[in-house]
Formats: sequence, C-alpha cells, structure tokens
Amino acid sequence: MSTTPLLLTRADLDRMIEILSERGYHVVGPTVRKQEHIISYGEISSTDDLPIGIGDEQEAARYRLVERGDGRLFGYVLTDTSPISFLLPSEAVVWSGKKSDNGFETAEMAAPPRLAFIGTRPCELAAVAIQDKVFLGNGHQDPTYAQRRAGTFFVSVDCTEPGGTCFCDSMGTGPGADGGFDIGLIEVLEGDDHYFVARSGSDEGAAVLSEVGGTPADDGRVAKAAAMVEAAAGEMGRTLDTEGLKEILAGSLDDPIWKELAGKCLTCANCTMVCPTCFCAAVENRTNLDATEAERVRRWDSCFNFEFSYIHGGPLRPSAAARYRQWMTHKLSSWVDQFGMLGCVGCGRCITWCPVGIDITANAAAIRARMEEKAHV
Amino acid sequence: MAERLPKLAVHKFASCDGCQLTLLDCEDELLAVAGAIQIANFAEASREIIEGPYDLTLVEGSVSTPHDLERIKEIREESKVLIAIGACATAGGIQALRNARDVEEFTRYVYATPDYIDTLAESTPISDHVKVDLELRGCPISKAQLLETVVAFLNGRNPILPTYSVCMECKRRGNPCVMIAQGVPCLGPVTQAGCGAICPAYNRGCYGCFGPMESPNTTALGDQWMEMGVDSRTVSDAFHFFNNYADAFRKAGDMYADR
Repeated sequence: MSTTPLLLTRADLDRMIEILSERGYHVVGPTVRKQEHIISYGEISSTDDLPIGIGDEQEAARYRLVERGDGRLFGYVLTDTSPISFLLPSEAVVWSGKKSDNGFETAEMAAPPRLAFIGTRPCELAAVAIQDKVFLGNGHQDPTYAQRRAGTFFVSVDCTEPGGTCFCDSMGTGPGADGGFDIGLIEVLEGDDHYFVARSGSDEGAAVLSEVGGTPADDGRVAKAAAMVEAAAGEMGRTLDTEGLKEILAGSLDDPIWKELAGKCLTCANCTMVCPTCFCAAVENRTNLDATEAERVRRWDSCFNFEFSYIHGGPLRPSAAARYRQWMTHKLSSWVDQFGMLGCVGCGRCITWCPVGIDITANAAAIRARMEEKAHV
Repeated sequence: MAERLPKLAVHKFASCDGCQLTLLDCEDELLAVAGAIQIANFAEASREIIEGPYDLTLVEGSVSTPHDLERIKEIREESKVLIAIGACATAGGIQALRNARDVEEFTRYVYATPDYIDTLAESTPISDHVKVDLELRGCPISKAQLLETVVAFLNGRNPILPTYSVCMECKRRGNPCVMIAQGVPCLGPVTQAGCGAICPAYNRGCYGCFGPMESPNTTALGDQWMEMGVDSRTVSDAFHFFNNYADAFRKAGDMYADR
C-alpha cells in the first residue's frame, strides 16, 4: 500500500476504469439519469459517463439537479441509493429447485458479478463496514452478501462540498475516508488545474494504481486537497450530537414525544429503503402453477411494515409512533448493544428522501431536550 | 383416476371489464392456467356455461342495482372461494362518486326516460353484501397478483399480497422518488403496493388505484402536497378517485374539500 500520494488526471481515471474492466470488474459509478432528474449509481465505461459539471441540492424532502458550470466529475453530494443496494440487492433468489422423479433437484446459483465502485463517498464506506459486521461478523456469514462483497473494489472520493442534509462529521464517518477503500481520491478543480490526489488502501488498490501511473503529488497540491476536505467538515448541512445519545434514547421509550414526532410519519418505509445500514429482508417462497418448480426469494423489507412484526393476533408495533421509535432507537441506541457501534453514518438520505421531510437530527435533538428537561424537574 | 380440475367462475357487476380481461391478458401463462383449472363460467372467454357450484369465483364490479343485490347472494351460495377483484369490487369504484350526490338528479340529466333506470342510491363493494374470502386491489388488478392468487389457490397456500406502501416497490425497482426529485405530487406513500410502482417508473405520480395501504397517513401526505403548491380542491379530487369510497380516501377527500 502506497503512502506517497499520486497525482492523477481525468485521462488517468479513464485508464483506471479500463484497467478495472480488464481485471473483470463491472465498473459502477455516479451517472445522470436525465429522465428521472437524478444522479444514481449505474454501469460506466469512461469518465464521459460521470455527472460532469452536474451537482445536486439536497434538503428535507427535496432533491434537485443543478448545473455547476464547471468541469468537476464528482461535484454532486450523494446518489439516491448507496453501494449497499448492489451488495444486498432488492431481490435475490437464495434457493431454487425443480421436482424430479425421486425428490427434487437444487439449481446451481450463478455467481454475482464483481463490482468496482467509482466515487464511493466516505459515509458509504462506513456503511459497508457496518454491513460487514452484520453479515460477515458474529461468526456467521451471509452467502448473498459475502459472495458480492468478496469481489468488490472501492474507489472512494472524499467530500469537499457537503449537502444540506449531510452530517457525517457528527458521526465520525467523513468527509474524508480513513480506510475501507482500495483507492482513495480527492478531486480538486482550481481554474484550469483539475487533478485528483490518489492513495491506495489495499494491495489490489496499489496494483491498480501502479498500472495507472500518474505522477507523485507535490506537497502543495496534497495540502490543498487535504485542506478542502478539512474545511468541508465545517460545512455540514446538519449536525447530530451523539454525546450520551444511546442512553438518552434508551430512557425515552415511554415518553409521549414519540407520538408527536411520528405525527407526520407516513409509515411508507422510504427511510429504510434508502438507508445504507438498513438490512432487513423478508423471505418469500414461490412456485409455478403445478408446483414442479419452486424458489426462495429474499426481498427488502422494512420495520415500518405491519407484516414485519406480525405474530398471531396482529403486528407488535401497530402505531406509527412505535414503528418510528423502533427505527430511530435502533440506529442511534440499541445498535450499539447489538454491534458495538452506531447504526447511522450521517449520509442524510433518510432526511432527503422522506416524502414529508422528517429529520433524524432534529428529532434526536428534540428528544435530548425533552429528556434533559425531565431530568431537571 | 383422473383428478377433477377446480372449476372457475368469473362474474361482472358495475365495472368496465378491465379486471376480468386481466385473466385473458395472461397470454404466456393462460394455457397453463387453462390446463390447471376448468374455466366453467366466464362470459368473456366462452359461451359454454357449466353449472355450479364453483371452486373459485372471481367477482368484478360494484353492487349498484337491486338486481345486483340478488345476484351477488346467488353467486356467493354457489362459490367455495369468492375473490373480489378490482377497485369497483373492493371499494365501489369510480362510480361510487355518486354516493355523496343525488342519483335521481343524475338520471334526470343523463337519460331521456329516467323511469327506465332502476339503480341503487349507492355503489358499494362486494364485501358490503356477502362474505368475501380475498380482495385483489387495483384499477385494473395486477396480472402478477392474479396469477400469484391462482397459483396459491391451486397449491393450497396463502397468496403473497403485500399491504404496505407503493414506495416499497418504487425503491425495490430503483425509482427515485418523483415527489422529491421532481416535485410531482404522488399518492404512493398512502397507497397499497401490488402494481409494481408502474406510474412513478414513468415519472408520473401514483393515482392511488390500489386504494389505501395498511396505515395510511392521508393528512400528512395531503398537507405535504399543499406545501408543494397543490390546492386543497386538487388534493380532495386525488383522494376522491378510483377508490373514493374506501374509508381512508373518502374521509381525506371530504376533509380537503372543506378546507
């Protein structure tokens, strides 16, 4: 792993995409889906496919593409979905079989493609680290995740222009990446000077980088890039005070504030669908008409759905307040008991993509204020 | 010994036929369905009618005439399993808009000889009149849900018919939210899944044709629409559409009409 940063040009990035492709990766990066007015991860074949000069404005329940008027390749904040939606696909066949003369035969499962992500944000790397713990840690390996994760290559790009719903600085997951990447980039554009400061984070990353070439980065440019990332920490659209939050939330479960906070909740499950640390799935069994073929499918599920907690007699969490509380306290409190870390990376997707703009940072602050007020009575 | 195939009947009440045509629209699967089930009474498919009782009966349309009232009871009596299909059969349909108006006045305006018209004051779902074993939502119903229901019926298991929001299906198929990314009003968050999120996939807001989801917060969504610049009359009209007589949408539509 190289410690000397390299300086790459856009042409070098094109070479990197080619090399990754030659090495058998499907290269995935941010692309503009014009019809849907969104920057989303999709397959790319060169830097021409990246959102050149296109940015995004994100606020609670609002996302808009904007023309930046410059040539930055990674001048947007964050895609709508994270790399997790590739590592944990929305629908995955986990088993399939056919009836045979003496029982049934199990079908061979095709190996998933190896993916190389270009433009992964530091908060997304942090989410991958969380999912690694969930699906690969605890002495149990989930095959659906493990198969996809094993072949994944990450080219991260640090954030220099955080968005309106970002709060990674509060969660300690950004705006710069400390690790988790194979190649880490910082993009700088000053006048005509457009460059990427690159470092490797794995053996394979180092191998790819040495094949790409580039030039050793001068101290001035390295310092400039680092300063931009450092400054970004102070430009977060949101903040979340995590000090003692686990205990505060754990002590708030019976407080009526949950009913107030969830008054606007649509229980539509959008927050859980876009959250890069949400991992819940339902398993469904399907057959053909005469039941000679069957498959077991794992599909994204959500704690906001009735069926998620359905037991004999009804769902365990019938009210919106109970379901919202379950989700939020899991992310910011009980996750610590379960996995030894917080379950939120501060990407802000749940705020941007909530149709009514429910804000986890505002609600965490409101609960903190309520519990502190109670303690002083 | 040859196994007797289950007998299927399909009946129509006040409706447009679109839901029962979904069965004929099964194209690739139709022959397999026809091989697994005896289509015994289905006027759209065959003139031949085999007498009941029937193992599986699909009922399309709402109850809107005195004759309908008698007919649905007879159908129930000769059906082991009765499934109501579509927004008309499950919520009274678009024609239930008359429920809050004076039907006699309508008939005077529309028909040259209103005396010939023998209609009920209200258009109501099948479940208001007889026991319904299962409901398939939609205007029209989803082909995939119909097939899933038939497959489940043939194999003696419960069909998988989610009651959560359309948003689940949008996100699963990778649709970015049209409300948030484009400012397009959408009923998806309060509407039951099952269509596969067709409209948002084509950059249109959900029309709510699958009716209210399991826990619809219609006020939160209606207020959000108004914040986006939609007037209360339009919010009301959106709820008072295909599923206007479904409880949650009826109340929400009434509330925004009065604002």
